[in-house]
Amino acid sequence: MQQFVTTALSGLTQGMIFAAFALALVLIWRSTRIVNFAQAPMAMITVYIALVIIDAGYSYWIGFAAALISGLLLGAVVERVAIRPVENKPHVNAVILTLGLFIVIHALAAVIFGSRYRSFPAPFGLSGFQVGDFTIALTGFGIFSILAVVVVMLLLVLLFRFTNVGLMMRASAFNQEVARLLGVRVSRMLTQGWALAALVGSLSGLLIAGGNLVHPSFMDSVVVFGFVAAVLGGLDSPIGAVVGGLILGISLSFVSGYIGSELVALAALLILMVVLLLRPGGLFSHTAERRV
Amino acid sequence: MSESATTSTTSERGSASFTISDVTVNFGGIVALSEVTIDVAPNQVLGVIGPNGAGKTTLFNVACGFVQPNTGTLTWRGQELNRLRPHQLAGLGIGRTLQGLGLFDRMTVLENVLVGADRHAKAGFFAGLLGLSRSASEERRLRERAMEALKELDVAEYATQLPPSLPYPIRKRVAMARALVSDPDLLLLDEPASGLSGKEMAEMGELIRGLAQRMSVMLVEHHMDLVMSVCDRIAVLDFGKVIARGAPDEIREDPAVLSAYLGNEVHHVPEQAQAGS
Repeated sequence: MQQFVTTALSGLTQGMIFAAFALALVLIWRSTRIVNFAQAPMAMITVYIALVIIDAGYSYWIGFAAALISGLLLGAVVERVAIRPVENKPHVNAVILTLGLFIVIHALAAVIFGSRYRSFPAPFGLSGFQVGDFTIALTGFGIFSILAVVVVMLLLVLLFRFTNVGLMMRASAFNQEVARLLGVRVSRMLTQGWALAALVGSLSGLLIAGGNLVHPSFMDSVVVFGFVAAVLGGLDSPIGAVVGGLILGISLSFVSGYIGSELVALAALLILMVVLLLRPGGLFSHTAERRV
Repeated sequence: MSESATTSTTSERGSASFTISDVTVNFGGIVALSEVTIDVAPNQVLGVIGPNGAGKTTLFNVACGFVQPNTGTLTWRGQELNRLRPHQLAGLGIGRTLQGLGLFDRMTVLENVLVGADRHAKAGFFAGLLGLSRSASEERRLRERAMEALKELDVAEYATQLPPSLPYPIRKRVAMARALVSDPDLLLLDEPASGLSGKEMAEMGELIRGLAQRMSVMLVEHHMDLVMSVCDRIAVLDFGKVIARGAPDEIREDPAVLSAYLGNEVHHVPEQAQAGS
């Protein structure tokens, strides 16, 4: 029983982080039809920025905020400088470009920050709570991670549902030409979409780094799991990304807890295959309604 | 309505007239439009008709800014439009509907209209993130305007529904509401009659006549009945050229128009064709 609860809870924490990363991928995919593989190293760079600030003696929270803000800026800059020129080309060009960015940002990080492992602090406790006789696997930082992702998701829902900017961003994502016709500045909306996505990506990076070791490729496996989570949810649906992240996180936690941690990557692949066989569009896809 | 009436108004700077002059569009080696000149005077309904492949859609796309003409100019209230991007036209008071309607399937009817509501939208992103983009009262005012536009078109009851669940004529009205909500001075309509029944088409005709009280309308349409009953003036396109222009009555009797519509072999028996129409 204890192992079950422990496994489920650590899966939940892990799942929320996957969800955040998947959400970052989905935000970009649905507005530009690009899978941004560079999301992982972009998040990694911002985590290093936080680390430099924290190591310089400032508080964790200043580093945290700096990482999120630099994520926002980095996302906007990458869209403007790298993606914009290939915007009207076939989407595969942009996807390959993001793979190129993946390598470039990696190399830059190694040059600037070095490629050794460095430990990243956590603002909250990393040991589980004691309840009666047993320790629950939920740590203070784990609770913070879950809350942080939930808060960001709620803010995104508020933004997209209830503000004019959100409305314009959705309109641009659904149909760029019509949005333009109605006076929406679509290219600005796309830049903002990338900025937001990179911010959410940074958040997932910070949550993964907390209490762990960081090095230039510490986010690389996350891009795989985040991508699987996003595809599980249908790639198009933010809610799908969250649910996909949770399903993946919890399932993988059980695989690792009950079967063996070496099978985690294989299990992720298996889940992906099963879902794609049963529901090729993903769990929350709207592809049937979409006329392309 | 004659040629002189339009020219006198176009010469007044700042008047709400829209001019397409000497526009030529080539796609590869194919001439889609050749030296087309058309103008829409204030509060006038101008219809552009022509057989399939005459260049109507290309002309509409030029007017919308989706197709850049190879030569020629577009002028709106004395301002040249050629260099402007499609999204800027909305800010200048030009509203448009598309043949395919282009409603956002996963946004409610009200949200669809809201996208068009703020033609002077300055969507400050960081402010928007914090919910400060505009005051709550302004946001409410936009919503009210969107609802008014839906009411005007008798589709307010569908405000919370998604477009794919609605019948085509209703969706068509929603698309019209979205074009009207920004209160344009010039409305470009692409095939407003397509997919409508006779009764619905008559209603659409009345609606367009009503709109001419407050704006100029240019419509591209192949449905003769609607064009004849609604338009003040008509321009006829054939093979990318304007072959006739004038009031509906003049167009009805124009031999060039009849031959374009009915084929060359009948160009000497216009009386019969007329009786049949």
